[in-house]
Amino acid sequence: MDFLNALVALLNFVVIPGVAYGSQLALGALGVTLIFGVLRFSNFAHGDTMAFGTAIVIMFTWLFQSWGISFGPLPTALLALPFGIAATAALVLATDAGIYKFYRRQKAAPIILVIVSAGVMFVMNGLVRLIIGVEERNFTDGARFLLDGNTFKAATGLAEPLVIKTTVAVTVVVAVICVAALFWFLQKTRTGKSMRAFSDNEDLALLSGINPDRVVQVTWIIAAALAVIAGTLYGLDKSFRPFVYFQLLLPVFAAAVVGGLGSPLGAIAGGYIVALSEVVLTYAWKKVATYVLPDSLAPDGLMQLLSTDYKVAVSFSILIIVLLFMPTGIFKGK
Amino acid sequence: MIVVENLHRHFGGFRAVDGASLKIETGSITGLIGPNGAGKTTLFNVVAGRLPPTSGRVVMDGEDITGMAPHELFAKGLLRTFQIAHEFGSMTVRENLMMVPAAQSGESLWNACFRRGAVAAEEKRLRDKADEVLEFLTISHLADQRASNISGGQKKLLELGRTMMVDAKIVFLDEVGAGVNRTLLNTIGDAIVRLNKERGYTFCVIEHDMDFIARLCNPVICMAEGKVLAQGTVEEVKNDERVIEAYLGTGLKNKVKEEAAHG
Repeated sequence: MDFLNALVALLNFVVIPGVAYGSQLALGALGVTLIFGVLRFSNFAHGDTMAFGTAIVIMFTWLFQSWGISFGPLPTALLALPFGIAATAALVLATDAGIYKFYRRQKAAPIILVIVSAGVMFVMNGLVRLIIGVEERNFTDGARFLLDGNTFKAATGLAEPLVIKTTVAVTVVVAVICVAALFWFLQKTRTGKSMRAFSDNEDLALLSGINPDRVVQVTWIIAAALAVIAGTLYGLDKSFRPFVYFQLLLPVFAAAVVGGLGSPLGAIAGGYIVALSEVVLTYAWKKVATYVLPDSLAPDGLMQLLSTDYKVAVSFSILIIVLLFMPTGIFKGK
Repeated sequence: MIVVENLHRHFGGFRAVDGASLKIETGSITGLIGPNGAGKTTLFNVVAGRLPPTSGRVVMDGEDITGMAPHELFAKGLLRTFQIAHEFGSMTVRENLMMVPAAQSGESLWNACFRRGAVAAEEKRLRDKADEVLEFLTISHLADQRASNISGGQKKLLELGRTMMVDAKIVFLDEVGAGVNRTLLNTIGDAIVRLNKERGYTFCVIEHDMDFIARLCNPVICMAEGKVLAQGTVEEVKNDERVIEAYLGTGLKNKVKEEAAHG
């Protein structure tokens, strides 16, 4: 019984939050990795693209709520997603046409594009604050739990509750659908193959009659869609604050780099690795240990390896370790 | 027919192509020779749209194609291969070929989602075409190999195969024989001649192997220091004073002449 309780506690506090957070990071990292693969630069503005998209989704959610439209037990924000994606795609396409295209024409070095994207990041950063302000926003609605603690305890007779929040279930389901759709797109459609070809060898892709402008546009649209979805899921699960999204850039990049920049599979694996590392290292293991260990060995402290304040440091450390020992990442990126 | 008029391409103060004018007749296999650094590859890069010219014009069948993007030239039937073979390393040899024809019905997402039948038929047609090309090039056995794993010479064949997936009008081959053994070189040579005779491809070939040039090309154009030195049959160009000088330098040329006179 104690063992089962320990298992439930582990699931409840480590595995479930880790998987949900990992799915959000994976979707963000996929966008970063696609931009890197096709456009060949690290897009620092990706975190703020997520914030912008989420802000638009929140505004549409409010609008729908004021009209009395809801999505049953699911968050209304899911209905607002397409609008957020459309607005964000329009924004990034305009940014590309107005800014990045100029540097591509000049055949600017990747590092120049990275700096340019940092500039875009600050502008977007301001734009988001202008639109929605800096306050924390909670915009989830619908049913709060898919499985709540008391029902679980009553059903199983365990002391530990297992809680599955609706937002967590939504995150995982949406992430799986997105990843499946993306891989189908990259593997099966002509445009997806063009993107892979372009990422593989730009010169040859051009010679094969592939229109580079079209590939670039499609890449931006997909990256924007992934960013908005990742941002919205994160916001639903936790809350929305522009500042936090700006900071999310670090774990998202760590995920993309750990998996190997340019590799979609790597981005997904990287997302889960970074998220689970963060949760495992900052979780107070006292509860699980108390169940598993005999009373004589029961821990006095919290058994927390790192205070949650050091969450960011975990991503940093993973980033540095990977770059030192496996510079191309797990899935051999670029 | 491709007409290049007074083409310049400068890199800073360096004039890689310095006022080159030449014609490539439709249906010919034109050889382009010249010492290293003569500007041959730069000329290819400008004509094929990879680099914009500093000045000058390129005209294809009466239409000005100066500075067009590679994918636009592709649509007009102007293709090129690279000196160092390029391939999509993560795809198989067959997939490499199937990448080529642009604007298929699978191109639009709508078709890919809702008209699966049409897309599948198209895929099948492409696959058959790719297999036919591989058969023609005698590398059918490599179809399912990853393109990054095949040999340098086989990659050159793959480059040639790429031009066969569409009805090219004119193909620019950049040192298609470099680093390729004799047997494979003959295979490549045969393929070029057959494509020229059977399908009416026009070729412009950069090559350093004079036997290869002599066997395939007429006429031959010789470039040096960014300019066109001579044009004519292989024999004419080979015996042209300026060509010999460009290859050997003045001193060595006189020495060769003396030896020829004595011997």
